[in-house]
Amino acid sequence: MKQFRSMAYPYIIWICIMIVAPMLLIMMYAFTTKGNDVTTFRFTIQNFIKFFSDDIFVDVLRRSLLIAVITTIICFIIGYPTAYVIAKASGRKKIMLIMFVTIPTWINMLVRTYAWMGMLQNGGIISKLFSLIGIDNLNLLHTSFAVVLGMVYNFIPFMILQIYTSLSKMDYSLIEAANDLGANNFQTFIRVVFPLSLPGVISGITLVFLPAVSSFFIPKLLGGGQYVLIGNVIENEFLTSGDWNFGSAISIIMTIIIMVSMYITKKIDVGAKIEGGDAK
Amino acid sequence: MKKHAVSSKVLILFIMIFFYAPIVYTFIFSFNSSKSLTHWGGFSLRWYQKMFASSDMMSALWTTITIAILATAISTAVGTITAIGLSKSRRVLKVFTERTNDLPIMNPDIVTAIGLLMFFSALGIKKGYTTMLLAHVMFCIPYVMLSVSPKLRSLDPNLADAALDLGATPFQALIKVIIPQLMPGIISGALIAFTMSFDDFIISYFVTGNGVNNISILVYTMSKRINPSINALSTVIMLIITIVLILINIIPLLKKKEIKE
Repeated sequence: MKQFRSMAYPYIIWICIMIVAPMLLIMMYAFTTKGNDVTTFRFTIQNFIKFFSDDIFVDVLRRSLLIAVITTIICFIIGYPTAYVIAKASGRKKIMLIMFVTIPTWINMLVRTYAWMGMLQNGGIISKLFSLIGIDNLNLLHTSFAVVLGMVYNFIPFMILQIYTSLSKMDYSLIEAANDLGANNFQTFIRVVFPLSLPGVISGITLVFLPAVSSFFIPKLLGGGQYVLIGNVIENEFLTSGDWNFGSAISIIMTIIIMVSMYITKKIDVGAKIEGGDAK
Repeated sequence: MKKHAVSSKVLILFIMIFFYAPIVYTFIFSFNSSKSLTHWGGFSLRWYQKMFASSDMMSALWTTITIAILATAISTAVGTITAIGLSKSRRVLKVFTERTNDLPIMNPDIVTAIGLLMFFSALGIKKGYTTMLLAHVMFCIPYVMLSVSPKLRSLDPNLADAALDLGATPFQALIKVIIPQLMPGIISGALIAFTMSFDDFIISYFVTGNGVNNISILVYTMSKRINPSINALSTVIMLIITIVLILINIIPLLKKKEIKE
């Protein structure tokens, strides 16, 4: 069987070139200033100082995180009950519902986000709905509301599917045991069902928070040209102003923030598990 | 208990409206005769005519479809072969490859995108169709491997040995014994690769240039002005994806029938 070993070698070379090298390039650019190349490599943290000493950039970062956190919370609040209802549905209905949640994720995000532009415009279907209850001429396009809505719309299927997976893997005898031991439905849910579904919740949070922080086309389309999040700043540095060094530094800052948030979320998960253990 | 059932029905209804309203909206307004995205002016096919007449849109559609097909074929073949090779390799190599594969999956797309942008320009490769294809192959392979590897783990290692003992060459053992067993994983990997490539925006947007666009990039750059042909284009795209999904779901059913007969 060792004959097959060599089949993996070309790909290992490929990832060194196509995955590792670009990552190293980002590092290199972030810690050098414009005009440098490999031959005149000079280490500097100038780009990072530039970012944190400018209130505009710090504000953008703060806003991006806030929008991402709000998006994640809304996705969780709507997504959990939805996943729960689907997981409890019976055979055929369950498969249908999961299909209905999955299908939109197959369709191009840009296309789906573009559709919201027409719906949110003044005179669009949403503002018509609002005028039924007496609020006229409401233009929701190019507001923070539109941006959060667009993000929730694009990312909530990931939350639902992750939570659904962990809920449907659950051993139902545990719930029966809890009921037999005298727990009511609410207690069973809080003490048994929810802690067991936490891994799904955590990966759902990851799958929503990560693209929400770095998104740049949702704020551009639904927030308008003036609405800037951290992803838009990176896009500008690379495609408009051409300062790759600064752009690389910003993307490293963003990645580190995401990694730290993920680490904290995982810690909470572990903490909750230990607590759950005590309750037993 | 009844109250529960009602509220869960309302919730599901709400979610379904939320998910499908924009899709239905796009579909309806692609047949709108007026230019407005908010007022219905009667049925017409003018935006479809405009779309088919627009060379930008047609070439973007062509690029999207051909890249998706090529990237799927290449990444499925390479991903499967690599996954098989790795399953027999030393642990170090396995761990290294898995960890490196995680990078494009775990990193925000924009980070992968700028890395590739700088990489291609450092090598002096002209941005365009080739760079887009390379990038798509790069981010598709890890997903193919993720869906093939679990199937490999549950594969009986004695099967390939038996084939070899019975006189099959390693190549025959691979084609006739190992790969057929992995087929469900390979197909779902190919499906993921196809949709990832077909729908990609962020990475394509950064690594392409010189007039080569895919549909996502076109929608992004065109959306600054009202252009209802985008709705027509969107409808066509949704149709393509739906057809692909139906085909993928129906082919296994037909095959099952054949076997029964």
